[in-house]
Amino acid sequence: MNAVHTPSEWRVERRSDTDVELILTGDWDAENSARMDPQPVLEEIRQCRGTRRVRLTAKELGRWDSVLMVFLITVIDGCREEQLEVDTAGLPEGIRALLDLSYAVPERAGARRGKVRTPWLAEIGNSALRLWDGGKAFTLFLGEVAFAFAASAAGRARFRRIDLWLNIQECGPSAVPIVTLISLLVGLILAFVGAVQLALFGAQIYIADLVALGMTREMGALMTAIIMAGRTGASFAAQIGTMNVNQEISALRVMGFAPLEFLVLPRMLALILVMPVLCLYADLMGIIGGGLVTISFFDVSLTQYINRTREAAHLADVFVGLAKCTVFGILIAVAGCLRGMQCGRSASAVGDAATSAVVTSIVFIVVSDSIITLICDRLGI
Amino acid sequence: MTEPVITVENLTMAYGDFLIQRDLSFTINRGDIFIIMGGSGCGKSTLLMHLIGLQQPAKGEVFYGGQNFWQTDPQERQKIMRRIGVLFQSGALLSSMTLAENIALPVAEFTDLTPPQIRKIVSYKLALVGLAGFEDYYPSEISGGMQKRAGLARAMALDPEILYFDEPSAGLDPISAKLLDDLIQGLRDSLGATIVMVTHELPSIFAIGTNSVFLDPETKTAIAAGPPKQLLAESKDPKVIRFLTRDAREPGETPMPDPVLDAGASL
Repeated sequence: MNAVHTPSEWRVERRSDTDVELILTGDWDAENSARMDPQPVLEEIRQCRGTRRVRLTAKELGRWDSVLMVFLITVIDGCREEQLEVDTAGLPEGIRALLDLSYAVPERAGARRGKVRTPWLAEIGNSALRLWDGGKAFTLFLGEVAFAFAASAAGRARFRRIDLWLNIQECGPSAVPIVTLISLLVGLILAFVGAVQLALFGAQIYIADLVALGMTREMGALMTAIIMAGRTGASFAAQIGTMNVNQEISALRVMGFAPLEFLVLPRMLALILVMPVLCLYADLMGIIGGGLVTISFFDVSLTQYINRTREAAHLADVFVGLAKCTVFGILIAVAGCLRGMQCGRSASAVGDAATSAVVTSIVFIVVSDSIITLICDRLGI
Repeated sequence: MTEPVITVENLTMAYGDFLIQRDLSFTINRGDIFIIMGGSGCGKSTLLMHLIGLQQPAKGEVFYGGQNFWQTDPQERQKIMRRIGVLFQSGALLSSMTLAENIALPVAEFTDLTPPQIRKIVSYKLALVGLAGFEDYYPSEISGGMQKRAGLARAMALDPEILYFDEPSAGLDPISAKLLDDLIQGLRDSLGATIVMVTHELPSIFAIGTNSVFLDPETKTAIAAGPPKQLLAESKDPKVIRFLTRDAREPGETPMPDPVLDAGASL
């Protein structure tokens, strides 16, 4: 590469009463762009009184690139604003061709977007409207899902049975390792937290109560749901979102399949079937985790722990947990599938859909958990 | 023998307040290879969406035979849609299923054939589009052109009376595009199907199109209709002529022979 730079130069010369010549010399490229402000050029052209025509010449031009083109376009636009005729015949052919190309298709009226600044009050109003629209879309989706369920109960829903089994496999057995780990550790933590306080009164044996009730009524369901929201909810949204991007959902519609039945039903059924089982398993793992701590550190025997757990946890507690977990499963599937169906048509939209699915499911889970806990409290379950 | 299969009357298409095309009226006859053409962004694909029931018209009517497609009840509409097959721009195969499963999907759902019979039909359809032996491949494992042909096999799975194509040769090399054109023509001749194609590939338009409508993005309506060759010979509209002759010049300048088009037209 030629390392020697000739600095870019321009000068404006008067040729006749009405003609002005703008002469460009030197290298006009990105490495050499300091002296390329077009405004002084326009100033100087304006100062030549009586000018009607501007000739552009570049006999001793060195290297040039888009920097020169931008410079020339600004100069030409400036001259045309002043009603001056521009003569480009003195420019090299390549430059002239590029200039012709850039002026060939006029800017489409109304195509330019410009930055629209929304006042903050309007922004708040818009968010409220979006929230309202989101609520409406969610309610509509819930209604359609209910119809799809009714259709499937009547045996009219169209989806492939194999899809149901694949989804069960994907949501259930594949999630067992992570559910094992998390619920074991949550049981362990529950035991430790309780033990510190209970040991003050010499009541270590009640750690078993704490763990058993905590896991079965609350933590088993909640932890399973949060794992599944991150694991399965996000994957539902991404799968359905990608299908949307690829026109697969349009293709299904044209072939006469309702996407809600074909895509949403098997996923939702799979979660409804799998969640209680996973929750039961998480309860068991949590109680084992709590037991490990209690037996090894707090002077309680295995038999004592088991007996105490049996007395503390009732079938009703387990059922409350399972019921919660089933509700969470439905909510995760609804959030995941809804976000997938709403997905836009780009790669980033799929990512947004997955993120939004997880956030939505976790909000749903925690809110519905509070509501169910409140109801159970009032009913005395 | 001209029996109208699809009649469009005063169709106006819009996204909310944004008008795409207005007052479209045309008729597609049995056995036609009907071309919907026009520059990029004029609403060709949107018109297709209206014809195949994915998008509701803002105004106007679409008739299939004597039935008003958008006014009839959903069950009737489903029945009409059972008679059409669509090849989407990208093929739109379900990516989680093999080619065989993709093609078997509508067959298994809407007929009472046994699994071995379905398997045979699938193999036959794949063979028709030149993909014999690719039953157990996933769409991601084959090339774009093959995906398109597999999409065509799926569109034909239920022996539809009307086949829709959304830019069938976009993204294909000239030879594959020509083969696809031949295939489309062959299908029309042997199956007696009616074909509706959205395209702006001049070679395809002239080689196989028997009738057409030309959508203009500026006036937002159809500015020409008729057999493409006849349009080229008789149309007075400079926009249509420039499109059909690949001429970028403003009207009034002397047109020059275009080597690319000449090569295409002689295919």
